[in-house]
Amino acid sequence: MGDKSKTDTSLNPKQRSRREFLENAGTTAAVATAVPVLGISAAQAQSDTQSTVSKTTIQLTVNGSRHSVDVEDRWTLVEVLRDQLDLTGTKIGCDRSECGACTVIMNGKPVYSCSQLAVWADGAQVTTVEGLASGGQLSPVQQAFVENNGPQCGFCTPGQLMTATALLSNNATPNADEVKQALVGNLCRCSNYNAIVEAVVMAGERSGGAA
Amino acid sequence: MKAFSNINVSSIDEAVSAAARARSNGQSVAFSGGGTDLLQQLKDGTDKSDVIINLRNVDGAKEISSANGTTRIGGLITLEELSNSDVGDVSYVLAQAAASVGTPQIRNVATLSGNVTQRPWCWYYRNGFNCYKAGGDECFSVTGENQQHAIYGGGPSFIVHPSDVAPALVALGASFIVAGPDGESNVSADEFFVMPSQDPAKENSLASGELLVGVSLPTPRASSVSHYHKIMDREAWTHAEVSVAAVLTMNGEIVESASIVLGGVATVPWKLTEVENYLVGRQLSADVVTMAGQMAVSSARPLAKNGHKIPMTAAAVERTLLALVNG
Repeated sequence: MGDKSKTDTSLNPKQRSRREFLENAGTTAAVATAVPVLGISAAQAQSDTQSTVSKTTIQLTVNGSRHSVDVEDRWTLVEVLRDQLDLTGTKIGCDRSECGACTVIMNGKPVYSCSQLAVWADGAQVTTVEGLASGGQLSPVQQAFVENNGPQCGFCTPGQLMTATALLSNNATPNADEVKQALVGNLCRCSNYNAIVEAVVMAGERSGGAA
Repeated sequence: MKAFSNINVSSIDEAVSAAARARSNGQSVAFSGGGTDLLQQLKDGTDKSDVIINLRNVDGAKEISSANGTTRIGGLITLEELSNSDVGDVSYVLAQAAASVGTPQIRNVATLSGNVTQRPWCWYYRNGFNCYKAGGDECFSVTGENQQHAIYGGGPSFIVHPSDVAPALVALGASFIVAGPDGESNVSADEFFVMPSQDPAKENSLASGELLVGVSLPTPRASSVSHYHKIMDREAWTHAEVSVAAVLTMNGEIVESASIVLGGVATVPWKLTEVENYLVGRQLSADVVTMAGQMAVSSARPLAKNGHKIPMTAAAVERTLLALVNG
């Protein structure tokens, strides 16, 4: 929310951050192309959506902050994190429990946030990648990812970090096999698995459980 | 995703009456334990439910209790909880089977009931073909891509039953606790799992408005040993090409009783009665184990492209028994 309200769309794209530029350009393109294909106006599409779906107010604690959010019953947890709370660090990859890019820690355990309805998470404690660093300091596993070149394209990284963080909170100093087992549910299409596993092992060795 | 309403319930009775109410309003209903697979089906349109009944907050629905030589496991227990529970100490096969499902993120939410009652993963059904499982009157695998389809119990549908936990439960002699408008009933494995020749649209006997709320296991004898062996086409996140759940009771080195059930190759968890009878009274020598593997596949009937499952199944049976010999 904070980021978007600061965006001044009159700025030259060159003077804006790459992220801001892409976010706005993407939104405009999607609205311009998708609606005529459906053959209905944007206003009509919106009112249809609003009239036919049930909404529920849920309470979520995300990265320590409490939120009260009105959600459609069909919205997934990752959609609410990204679209309602503007926590876009959590990625949607496959949107079907196969890739792990959407992994968040819910009530202490890593889960696929694409495959949980937000209404099912009512009352939950959720940690996303935005909640790992504290006071401008990367968490040990984030720091180890930087040093081991854990991210290549980076799209899977938030999910890898969350699963690794959950592992380290249960097993302070995992060996490489234990890390591989814990991370089987997080795919890296760049296939940078060796660096990722080394980073998690290093984070454990260094912090001995303080991850 | 299509629009639907979510209803939270706090008891099984409430779930059953919420389902009955929705159905009397002409709405279709799905019960949700972990919801991982249900949501994929809703996104894909292979499940068109109007109402989702969320069972996460049902009191006592994941408890394990033992009395009179029987252990009852609540169906809402997650696979992660099941794989780490005390049940695994005496019924190791069940803990192994639960731990072999999907990925940690899936096992953290997926439930025992959901794993047993999940719909087939046949690529035709999952991609929206109007096959028997979707209410149509054809099985596209018969003349199509049938690499992953059944070599036992097929016809007219050739899906394989996708559950890992189900073969382990059947091998342990479990019965299935079903709740519905008429209350709770205990259903034997034979009655619970439905062959396509009985009803090609279904995999189990649950009627609409009914749900699986738990399982009941006879306490295994002290001399029993068990093992789950799963072969996949990659090392994680997939269903079994073939799996074997075996429970033996031993008298020294002699097999006193045997229960061996296959997953991933048949339309229902597939009990190898002939192999079980053969093993009783024998010592698990290399010859006996090889014979058991051969006997296991003597009744298999492959389709055009799934013949690889036959030697794979024979080998899986052998390896499972060898794992029990070697402890």
